[in-house]
Amino acid sequence: MASGTDKSAEPAMVQESAFQRFLRATELDTRLLGMVGALVLIWIGFHLAGIWRTGNGIFLSPRNLWILLVQTSSIAVMTTGMVMIIVMRHIDLSVGSLLGVIAVIMGYAQVYVLGPWLGVGHPAIWILTVLIGLGAGALLGAFHGYLIAYAGIPSFIVTLGGLIVWRGAAWAVIRGETVAPMDERFELLGGGPFYASIGATASWVLGVIICVVIVLAIRSGRQSRQKFNFPLRPIWAENFLGVVGCLLTLGTVWLVNSYYFPPKLANDYAEANNIPIPEGGLMIPHGFAIPVLIAAAAGIIMTFVAVRTRFGRYIYAIGGNPEAAELAGINTKRITLLMFSIMGVLAAVSACISSARLNAASNALGQFDELYVIAATVIGGTSLAGGVGTIYGAILGALVMQSLQSGMTLLNFDSAYKDMAVGSVLVFAVWLDQLYRRRTN
Amino acid sequence: MSTTMTAHTSPTIQAFSEGRKPLAEMRDISIAFGGIKAVDHASLELYEGEVVALLGHNGAGKSTLIKILSGAYQRDNGEIFINGEKATIDNPRDAKRYGIETIYQTLALADNVDAAANLFLGRELRTKWGTLDDVAMEAATREVMGRLNPNFRRFKEPVKKLSGGQRQSVAIARAIHFNANILIMDEPTAALGPQETQQVADLTLELKKQGIGIFLISHDIHDVFDLADRVAVMKNGRIVGTARVGDVTKDEVLGMIILGKCPPGAIPGPGALAS
Repeated sequence: MASGTDKSAEPAMVQESAFQRFLRATELDTRLLGMVGALVLIWIGFHLAGIWRTGNGIFLSPRNLWILLVQTSSIAVMTTGMVMIIVMRHIDLSVGSLLGVIAVIMGYAQVYVLGPWLGVGHPAIWILTVLIGLGAGALLGAFHGYLIAYAGIPSFIVTLGGLIVWRGAAWAVIRGETVAPMDERFELLGGGPFYASIGATASWVLGVIICVVIVLAIRSGRQSRQKFNFPLRPIWAENFLGVVGCLLTLGTVWLVNSYYFPPKLANDYAEANNIPIPEGGLMIPHGFAIPVLIAAAAGIIMTFVAVRTRFGRYIYAIGGNPEAAELAGINTKRITLLMFSIMGVLAAVSACISSARLNAASNALGQFDELYVIAATVIGGTSLAGGVGTIYGAILGALVMQSLQSGMTLLNFDSAYKDMAVGSVLVFAVWLDQLYRRRTN
Repeated sequence: MSTTMTAHTSPTIQAFSEGRKPLAEMRDISIAFGGIKAVDHASLELYEGEVVALLGHNGAGKSTLIKILSGAYQRDNGEIFINGEKATIDNPRDAKRYGIETIYQTLALADNVDAAANLFLGRELRTKWGTLDDVAMEAATREVMGRLNPNFRRFKEPVKKLSGGQRQSVAIARAIHFNANILIMDEPTAALGPQETQQVADLTLELKKQGIGIFLISHDIHDVFDLADRVAVMKNGRIVGTARVGDVTKDEVLGMIILGKCPPGAIPGPGALAS
C-alpha cells in the first residue's frame, strides 16, 4: 500500500473501511461480488437442503456441478448477445424460436440432405451443418435488424412477430416430426455422450494457458498505464487479482476432472480402446465438456467485442444516448442490424448445443428460452433502460437461474413450483438491484 | 454548375467580406418539419477568426439552422459552401470531415461511458491490432482536459456522475481536440456558473486567435455581445438582419430579436419587419 499511487483519491475518502479500500484498490465491481456471493449461497443452501431431505447432499458434487455447467451452456451463449441488445435499448424476444427453427434446419440438413449425399457418418457433415446453422442465424438475425433499424419497427414488435413466425416455421420445415439421430460428431457439441469432453490432460493444459493469459493481461495493462504515468493499482491488488483468477481457473479444472466416467462406460471405453482395467475400476475424468467450452469461448469473444472494439463501444454509447451517438457520426442503423445478426448467430450456436445434447431436432426446441435468456441477463445486472450491463454478469445470471432449477429438481420439486420460484427470484433479484443502485447513487 | 460562388454575391457578403473568402457559407437554407418552416431561406457566412453570434428567441430556428451545418438535419433547400467549395453535408460524419465541430446545447454526451470514450466517440484511437487503444485515448484526454479544466480527475467515471461544468468541459474538449476550422457552440454557457462562463469566454477568444471561425448561439444577448464580431438575428425561422457589433447597440439588437425590426446599422434579411 505504500506505493499507493492512486492520485484520484479524494481527501474525503480517507476514512473508508478496509473493505472499501480493498474494493477501490482492486477495482472489483461490488455487484459482481454480490452475485458471486448469491450464487455461493444458493449452492450451499441446496446442498444443505439435500442433506436434510435425503441424508446426503449431492448439489456440490463434481458430477452435479459438471452437469450444471453443461445445462447452463445454451442459455449462457445467448445471454452474451442479449446483454448487448438490451444495452442498446432493444430487446430480442425471438431467440427461442430462432433456436428452434435453426435446429430443425440443421437437423433436416444432416438427416435428409447431407447424410444421403455424403454418406452417413462422413466427417464433413457436422462442419457443413454448423455452417448452415450459423449462416441461417446470421441471415434471420440480420433480417430482424433490418426491419428494426431501417424500416423503423420497434424491436419488441419485430421479435415478438419473430417469436411466433419462426416457431411456426420450425414446424413447417419438418411437419412436426422429430428428426433424429444427429451426426455422431455433431452430437459432441451438446456434451451429451460421456466422451463429449476433452479429458483431464487437455483440461489442465487449457487451465494453465488461461492462467498465463490472466497474468500477462494484468502485467501488460500495468505496463501500458505506467508508460503514460497513469495512476496504478497497488501491487498487492494486482497480485490478489492474478492469484484469485488463477485459483478459480485451476479450481474449475480440478472440479471437472473430479467427475469420472460411470464404471460401466469406463469399462466399455477401456475395452474399445484396449486399455487394461486396473483393480477397483478405471477412473477416467471427464474434463471440460465441449458445450461448456463453447459457452466460455462465446463469453470471452463477446466480452472482447464489447470492451475492446469500436463496435462494442458504439453499442454502449447508443444505449447511453442514442442521439449523441448519432451526432458523433456513428452509423447507428448499421450497428443495430449487425448486432441483431450477431444475436442470430449466437442463437444458432445455442441451437447446435441444444439439438446435439438432445440428439434430435424438434420444433419445440428452445421454447421459452427467450424468457430464460432475458431473465438471466436482467438478473446479471443489465438495465432494461439501456446503457448498462456486462457479459460476465449475464453468464453468472444464467448460472443462478440454472442452479435454482437443478437444485429444486434434485429436491423433487414439482415443475409448477419450480416455475413459480424461478419467476419470483427474477423479480426479487431486480428489486435488490434497484435498492443497490439507489444506495450507491 | 459552378462550384465556386462568384456567380452571385449576397448583400451580406458584399457588406462583410472585405475581400475574404468565407470559411463557411450557408446560402438560402430551408427546412420544414411537418409543414412548419423551422428555417426559411436563411443565408449566413462565417470568416476566419471570426465570432458570429446567432441570436433569437427559443424556437426562432437558430439551433435548427446550425444543426443543418453540423449534419444533424438534412436541409430541404439551399446550399453550403466550405472554403468556397460546395459541400455535401448529409450527416455528422460529413460535417466533421469538413472540420466542423459542434458543442450541442444538450452536450450530446453518452452518459454511461467515461470522458475519454466521449471525447473520441466515433473517432476512437486504435492499436495496431485494430482494438481500442484506451490508454492512448485516456492520455490524450488527460492532456486536453488538463488545459481546459486542470482540476479534473475523474477520468474513470461515467460522465453522468460529473458536475455540469465538468460535463461541459468534456463536450468542449471533444470539439477542440480534432483541429476544427469551424466551431459551433449552441448555448455553451447555459448550464454554467459565472466563473465557468468566464472560462468559456476566454477559450472562445483563444480559439478565435488561432483563426477558427465560431458560431455562438444564444437566446441571451448579454452572454455573447462582447465576444462576437458580428451578430445575426433570427425570428420565426428567418434572418432578421446581420450587423457588425460596432454598428448596432444592444437595444437595437433586442429590437431585432423581439420585434424583428432591422436597425440602419444592419443588413436586413428576409425576416426583417417591413417598415
